[in-house]
Amino acid sequence: MSVHLILFLAFGAVAVAGAINLLAQTHPINSALSLIAVMAALAGEYLLLGAEFVAAVQVIVYAGAIMVLFVFVIMLLNAGVEERTKGSRVAILFGVPGMLLGSLLVTWVVLRYSGTEAVPAGALPGAPRTIGTLLFHEFLLPFEITSILILVAIMGAVVLASKPPTVAPGAPIRRVD
Amino acid sequence: MVPLSYYLVLSGVLFACGVTGFLIKRNIITIFMSIELMLNGVNLSFVAFAAHWHALAGQVFVFFVMVVAAAESAVGLAIIIAVFRSRETLNVDQVNLLKL
Repeated sequence: MSVHLILFLAFGAVAVAGAINLLAQTHPINSALSLIAVMAALAGEYLLLGAEFVAAVQVIVYAGAIMVLFVFVIMLLNAGVEERTKGSRVAILFGVPGMLLGSLLVTWVVLRYSGTEAVPAGALPGAPRTIGTLLFHEFLLPFEITSILILVAIMGAVVLASKPPTVAPGAPIRRVD
Repeated sequence: MVPLSYYLVLSGVLFACGVTGFLIKRNIITIFMSIELMLNGVNLSFVAFAAHWHALAGQVFVFFVMVVAAAESAVGLAIIIAVFRSRETLNVDQVNLLKL
């Protein structure tokens, strides 16, 4: 058993435990924290695969920015413990066996039909320099389109989350349904 | 050395957990987090295939997936705030205006 395999199993165990904890917790803030654990463990997996740039972006963007956004919204809306309804009990009754079945199916298919070629540790130079060269030569157009997408997302978020305008006294009343 | 299939199994298990969370959770924020979990599972398989076939384009694709996830979460959380303003609830069972 190589060090690589031991590290893979350790990070994988943390990731799966975090994912299951996300499902088991009822308070959204606990789910958010376990999702951060999953993302940190996945960053470790990326490092094992030699993808240093992706690992860094995973920690900075995913575990940093996106999860901070989630935690802010949870605090802003004062989200409490989720209530159990009849529908959620039915969903648990079918969802949990479904997940186990799906996981087992994926495991069986992948282990049965794929060879045993190993992924060498750190074989691929996933350094930021190489990624940047690729990003600004071959993938320049998608990259620029991405910036437009981000701009649209920023404006959409501001418009959607801003308070509806209050009517000034004396102004004609506009009905908002 | 870790076989490629181990990475694929881990990514499949994470994706299955995300699908389950999407189905069994009733809090709209937790449902959103399950979607992020699914995206993470897919990203892992992208990076594993990139390392396996020595194709760096896979890692660039993961970068694009992350950007789209960031934009999606920004807009989605804004929508959640708007829904909470009008409905005063985060429970998806009570947001059923489009239901027959």
